[in-house]
Amino acid sequence: MERRTIFPGTLLPVMLVMPQLVLTLIFFYLPAGQAILSSFTRSDPFGMHVDFVGIDNFIDLFTDPLYVDSIVRTVIFCAAVSISSMAVALILAVFADHEIAGRGIYRVLLIWPYAIAPAVAAVLWILLLHPQIGPVGRWLNQHGIHWDYKLDGFQAMLAVIFASTWKQVSYNFIFLLAGLQSIPKAVIEAARMDGAKGWFRFRTVILPLLKPTMFFLLVVNLVYAAFDTFATISAMTQGGPGKATETLVVKVYQDGYVNQDIGSSSAQSVVLMVGVIVLTALQFRFMGKRNAE
Amino acid sequence: MIGQSRNGTDWLAHGVLLLGALLFILPLWLMFAGSTQDSALISRGELSMLPNLAGLGVYADVLLHGASGGPPVWRMLLISFGMAMAVAIGKIAISVISAYAVTFFRFPLRMFCFWTIFVTLMLPVEVRIIPTFSVMADLNMVNTFPGLVVPLIASATATLLFRQTFLAIPDELMEAARMDGAGPWRFLKDILLPVSAANLAALFVILFVLGWNQYLWPLLVATDQGLTPVVLGIVQMIGTESATEWNKVMATGVLALIPPVVVVILMQRWFVKGLTEGEK
Repeated sequence: MERRTIFPGTLLPVMLVMPQLVLTLIFFYLPAGQAILSSFTRSDPFGMHVDFVGIDNFIDLFTDPLYVDSIVRTVIFCAAVSISSMAVALILAVFADHEIAGRGIYRVLLIWPYAIAPAVAAVLWILLLHPQIGPVGRWLNQHGIHWDYKLDGFQAMLAVIFASTWKQVSYNFIFLLAGLQSIPKAVIEAARMDGAKGWFRFRTVILPLLKPTMFFLLVVNLVYAAFDTFATISAMTQGGPGKATETLVVKVYQDGYVNQDIGSSSAQSVVLMVGVIVLTALQFRFMGKRNAE
Repeated sequence: MIGQSRNGTDWLAHGVLLLGALLFILPLWLMFAGSTQDSALISRGELSMLPNLAGLGVYADVLLHGASGGPPVWRMLLISFGMAMAVAIGKIAISVISAYAVTFFRFPLRMFCFWTIFVTLMLPVEVRIIPTFSVMADLNMVNTFPGLVVPLIASATATLLFRQTFLAIPDELMEAARMDGAGPWRFLKDILLPVSAANLAALFVILFVLGWNQYLWPLLVATDQGLTPVVLGIVQMIGTESATEWNKVMATGVLALIPPVVVVILMQRWFVKGLTEGEK
């Protein structure tokens, strides 16, 4: 789409687009380029020599069982967080769409958690789940379940999934409620007149109309779960115990920043960038199709 | 038509929504109640849901003195506030003018510029942390406030949003403005920005929260304690847990939550509208 009317001149628009362009070049293209370059190199332990090694870093990466484990772990984690936060949000949004007394207050109560930082969500969940001080953790231990997410890898995974899901519910709630509200009342009324009741009406009439919103949210949630949860995981478990909660982003941080293995971490960064670009492309193909319809 | 089933659904709706609301309020309440209690008692597992009003002094204590030898919390809050405002205002400013340039002008390489910006749309800073960090080191921006903020300002989301808004402005509006002799600046200032006020407000909320909640980038770039934002500071307070002052951690958590929550609640209507419309 283009505008018909425009302002004349070349210098002014170039000046206007320049700040954004320069920042993008310095803080996006330059680092991305550097990451791609150093993903094909390897330096000796003392940083004296840098050798070009082709795709060796990538081969090492994908033949490293630790990296493959981390991919699998990330996929499980992302799927669990995205699906459960969308499911909880959908239930809440369906009921918040009802014409009931006080629905404005309920909405505020469900929207404010949008502001919670992932790291603060982690602190809140530490307070709940901590085996010695957290009410939930203590309750579990008193009832015969040996709960210590700092020692048990599976429990650690559950803990970071809970905290990450909890923080994301309100984002999904906002979009799903808006999606529900944009469904014309006439459509729902027509379904009601045809005798479609409760769950059946929801499944056959409302859910299909929500599909575009849900697909959009799925991609956003996957990106959130893959990247924004670094803070949650870092605060709760630091990727441990062992490597039980080490997702791909945590691993890039560990290998690149803590262990200073630039070649490998650059290759990992490149893999992540490709992953995000594929997700974005999927999203736009889908949205483009929808707009064309 | 108010039948039996209708009423039944209402009760169910109240029940579910109340449960949902409590799911978020209760942990927050626990944090507040805990902040007022004695740290030693909390460590022994005696965290109570009832606040101890005599313990409210902990807020003044963390604000002025911090915890575990860390910086005072007022300083962390100041850094966070500075980051949130700088990210929000900086991003909006450069995005408005670049979107204005690509929609209301024609210049060589215009679409190339647009796509160059657009490609960065969904690449969060987390993906490119290590290389971006080395660029920051080359620019001597590690452990500086601009270093904390400027890389977060570069992203395409806001530019895309404004471009969509601007494309929807009727041509007649601009023709009328030009007929009245309005130049590009007047048009931007007197017509375009007021018309886009709802989008500006929504974006401000989103970016303020984004800036306030940053964790990984400060962790890398702000190793100097004087630059620690509160979201990072609170995690560092927990430390190794052997001697965590839990009441101070919780008080800092409450303080870290208040500003972004207030911004979201105050601007809720605009924010929800702008957020959900922007993505379509």
